[in-house]
Amino acid sequence: MEVAVSRTGEEKVFPRPKLQPPAPSTSRRSARIADTIAGMVIRVGGSLGLVLLLLIFLFLVKEAIPFLSEYSPAKFVSGTQWYPTSEPAIFGLVPLFVGSLWVTVISVVIAVPLGVAGATFLSELASPAVRNWLKPAVELLAGIPSVVFGFVGMLVVAPYIKKAFNLPTGLSALTGGVILAFMALPTIVTVAEDALNAVPRSFREASLAMGATRWQTLSRVLLPAASSGLIAAIMLGVGRAIGETMTVLMVTGNASMITGSPLDPVRTMTATIAAEMGETVQGGAHYHALFTIGFVLFVISFLINLVSDAALSRVRSQRAR
Amino acid sequence: MNSRVQEKIAFTLLSLAAFVVALPVALVPAYILFRGHEALTWEFFTKPPVNGMMEGGIMPAIVGTLYLVAGVVLISVPLGVIAAVYLTEYAKQGAWTRIVRLAIINLAGVPSVVYGLFGLGLFVLFLKFQTSLLSGVLTLSVLVLPIVISSTEEALRVVPSSYREASLALGATRWQTLSNVVIPQAMGGILTGTVLAVGRAAGETAPILFTCAAFYLPSLPHSLKDPIMALPYHLYVVATQLPDAPPRIQWGTALVLLIIVFLFNALAAIFRARLRKQYRW
Repeated sequence: MEVAVSRTGEEKVFPRPKLQPPAPSTSRRSARIADTIAGMVIRVGGSLGLVLLLLIFLFLVKEAIPFLSEYSPAKFVSGTQWYPTSEPAIFGLVPLFVGSLWVTVISVVIAVPLGVAGATFLSELASPAVRNWLKPAVELLAGIPSVVFGFVGMLVVAPYIKKAFNLPTGLSALTGGVILAFMALPTIVTVAEDALNAVPRSFREASLAMGATRWQTLSRVLLPAASSGLIAAIMLGVGRAIGETMTVLMVTGNASMITGSPLDPVRTMTATIAAEMGETVQGGAHYHALFTIGFVLFVISFLINLVSDAALSRVRSQRAR
Repeated sequence: MNSRVQEKIAFTLLSLAAFVVALPVALVPAYILFRGHEALTWEFFTKPPVNGMMEGGIMPAIVGTLYLVAGVVLISVPLGVIAAVYLTEYAKQGAWTRIVRLAIINLAGVPSVVYGLFGLGLFVLFLKFQTSLLSGVLTLSVLVLPIVISSTEEALRVVPSSYREASLALGATRWQTLSNVVIPQAMGGILTGTVLAVGRAAGETAPILFTCAAFYLPSLPHSLKDPIMALPYHLYVVATQLPDAPPRIQWGTALVLLIIVFLFNALAAIFRARLRKQYRW
């Protein structure tokens, strides 16, 4: 009970309002029911989506185990020959791994300097007008399907490389690496630009206030400060290049041999799966061997992503500062 | 060297690099347009390939790709958005959500041919869907799911928490808050991300290689269990398996594929432009 004193001095007693929710109206009750149902659907649906994602890993392992239990894993990893259809079949990963390595290294050597420079230009030098053109353009490059890059590479880039180096065929590790470089560029540019933008303004201001030129500020303050993000950019670019399938299938010549020259044709792990899966007997050794390569690719991309994710979380904590 | 001169040289090189980065964006589509434009006749869009794919059009491949895209939209968009809503709005943030997020980031980096293997193992063989439209749609949906989830999460996260708090303080339930406040605010971002993801599905070849794509089919698919022709695979076929195919058909196929993918990118750009206008916090 609350007591209030009126103007006349009399004490008047006011009933305290009941602190209870009003009688639930139908609309409120249905809102609550809707909330419960929606919450349940979202929980179930959400978990379902995530479970589906984890299935991928399990299925790769499931299909790889029959191969690894029959064919010795050591022989698979260290084997220098890949003759899946000979009698007996030989499954050696090394030539395919070397093929992937060549293509990836070439693309990274080209794409990293270009990509980091492009990102620096975008974040530090470009006028807003240029930026508004360049950024969507780079994103558009990421949108071009890999089979289109492979097609153009086959018909335009390969003949040019054939002529330039006087080769019997233009389909080589170099051709693949050059085209993959341009496919990895959008990833590298976008992530590197984010990293540069995350460097606190005070770093730049302090350096300029000390009388450093813009280039000195850029090369000695901003780029080192953004190094974690640049590492992430490079790793993600590597991941893109190593996992690319159709382009390398179409332009690298597909010869499974260990070569020391980037001008030779090579066969990558991804291209091997794409080219041979159509011709295998489902459930045979070759079939399971291709799944094992898939598993190797999965593990490689997993490791690359772990490293880049660790680097990116450092960028995020820097931005929060 | 004088530091001013140094700066001049460095900045010139940086600008040059940016130019080289941008060059293929202009050159590749322009060249494909130049070589392929004469193929774009009414017949090319409406007729199936004839005479061992040496003549005729690419209609079944276009239709197949549209079916794939429609299927992916129907499956991965609801599932991906629901998963993202669960992760950002419902799940208790902690070790579990961190692991799940890490898994999603990692899956977005898994090579597309590995998704093809997964589709072959699970949908085609284990669930016995055969080489069919259904298997292809499911495989591509799994491929784009991580992309849809992370872009939707991003879109939900930028909605200020004060919006949620205001709505809840007015007595709205969590679902009312979500459906009336948070999701409408995040819609632009969700649409941009999903459209880009679906555009990616339209251009993928490796995942459909062993799950749904057929070299040549005389008729359009009648059911989900039929194999289909698809544009990216068709381009691969006419480019590598049929060396004598007329360049007109090869470049025309590349051009049509590029146009479809660019349409998705344009759509995403429109959504993003709207989004920028809408965000005022």
